[in-house]
Amino acid sequence: MLFQRVLRLDSLALGGDAGVYDSSRLPPAFLRELYELVRYRDLLIQLISRDVRTRYKRSVLGVAWTMLNPLLMMAVLTLVFSQLFRGDIRHYAVYLLSAQLIWTFFAQTTTQAMSNLAWGGALITKIYLPRSVFAVSQVGTGLVNLVLALVPLFLITLLTGASLTWAVLWLPVPMLLTACFALGVGLLLSTVAISFPDVIDMYQILLTAWYFLTPIIYPISALPESARWLMNLNPAYHFVEAFRAPVYAGTGPDPGGLLVAATAAVLALAAGWFVFASVADEIPARI
Amino acid sequence: MEAVSRVELEIGETTHPRAAADADVVRMSGVSFRYRRQSERLTSLKEYAIRRLQGRVQVREVWALRDIDLSVRRGEVFGIIGRNGAGKSTLLRLVAGVLRPTSGRVVVHGWPVTPLLEIGAGFHHDLTGRENVYLNATLLGHSKHEVDARYESIVDFAELAEVMDEPLRTYSSGMTARLGFSVATAWEPNVLLVDEVLAVGDEAFRKKCEARIEEFRRRSATVLLVSHQSSQLLAISSRVAWVDEGRIRAIGDPQDVVTQYTEAADGR
Repeated sequence: MLFQRVLRLDSLALGGDAGVYDSSRLPPAFLRELYELVRYRDLLIQLISRDVRTRYKRSVLGVAWTMLNPLLMMAVLTLVFSQLFRGDIRHYAVYLLSAQLIWTFFAQTTTQAMSNLAWGGALITKIYLPRSVFAVSQVGTGLVNLVLALVPLFLITLLTGASLTWAVLWLPVPMLLTACFALGVGLLLSTVAISFPDVIDMYQILLTAWYFLTPIIYPISALPESARWLMNLNPAYHFVEAFRAPVYAGTGPDPGGLLVAATAAVLALAAGWFVFASVADEIPARI
Repeated sequence: MEAVSRVELEIGETTHPRAAADADVVRMSGVSFRYRRQSERLTSLKEYAIRRLQGRVQVREVWALRDIDLSVRRGEVFGIIGRNGAGKSTLLRLVAGVLRPTSGRVVVHGWPVTPLLEIGAGFHHDLTGRENVYLNATLLGHSKHEVDARYESIVDFAELAEVMDEPLRTYSSGMTARLGFSVATAWEPNVLLVDEVLAVGDEAFRKKCEARIEEFRRRSATVLLVSHQSSQLLAISSRVAWVDEGRIRAIGDPQDVVTQYTEAADGR
């Protein structure tokens, strides 16, 4: 039943009759990109599995690396900052690690969406592929890594004596919202980075600034009262908080914050998708 | 065999059976394609922004193709000849759906086409041969299920059964090319696009590749072949088009067109 429906989508994507390509009768770009992505879903799975496998094959430590990397980062930051914010934050390690994981997911996914499209550059000038597949597969890879990283997060939570509650069942919500936001941002950046590779470097600088402007390593109470309202304008703050609350505070995400996060995710994804799809056919000519 | 039954299935699904019965497999009418290029290639956004502010960014328009009209019938081997930069490859990319015409219309029956353009471009050197077969075939639009069914024959044709679980970086360039060709031609194509001569592996394997393409042709696949080697085109084409500076200078009998092309080339 579902399979038949996909078949129908295929024929629509081809502009009418199945097996016929007519350059003057193609559906709107944003729809066609979506149909084609569905048609190439097995490619999407292959790309994700390629990334996950090569990551673990290349490093001697294997899967442990994914776990160790954020843990080492957390250990160093905890040593330094738990002294600084003494008393302000209980279970600082958990406070930090939870935010660190969701931030790393966003930062890596958006950056790799750009470089992955560049990797596919040699291909998409020669054969047709839905070009969004490179960004979408990076979000998929990021989600796999994030889910794996939940294991050390939960372990640390238990080890430090903080309690793990049923509230963690909320986690898929902020994870999916952040994924949508990252995909939108990644697609927008990709449209520029394909012509100007130095955008990737500039974006790293922006990411560093953004990281410190978001209460990840420090509590929001560290900001002067007069500046706190500014955080409402920072979407990263809401994604971080929505992911942190179920683990650290043992409560569901704050509804108001979640609403802002959801709005930002939907807007970013819609903008990214429309812009990317509308220039997708020009990308092979620009490489 | 499987490709044939799939076509029948699609006919059953649609209300327009004429789609597959149409004799023109590729039809281009009034097709033009324009590239926009900056006068200098700026690859840095910083530099681009500065020049833009100074008003020093000049965009040059290059018409790679102008008013192309041609149609290729089912079962033809259609050769395209021309100098480098004449627009031959752009023409193939328009048929492949990689580029969309700036104006005019491209219609292809038997979509998706099978490109033999960049053999092995999607290979990944840290993955094994087996993993690369799956990655490459899905890049060409096949489903995992389809690859499962053809996996053995892909490996047999490439003659690489013993090394499929080794990472690709241990392969010689000849082995990689064999695997790439084998994946790309594992499914019987309706339309095959070939860019330049197939220089795949050793002499024996090249013979095998040519035999396979010939087999496709006998079963009435349509082949579009780009080359600047006139001898190869003469040997297998049923018609040839000469593309020069984005326009078709001559089209028709291979001998006539190739003669015109070589005379013009010698005259320069």
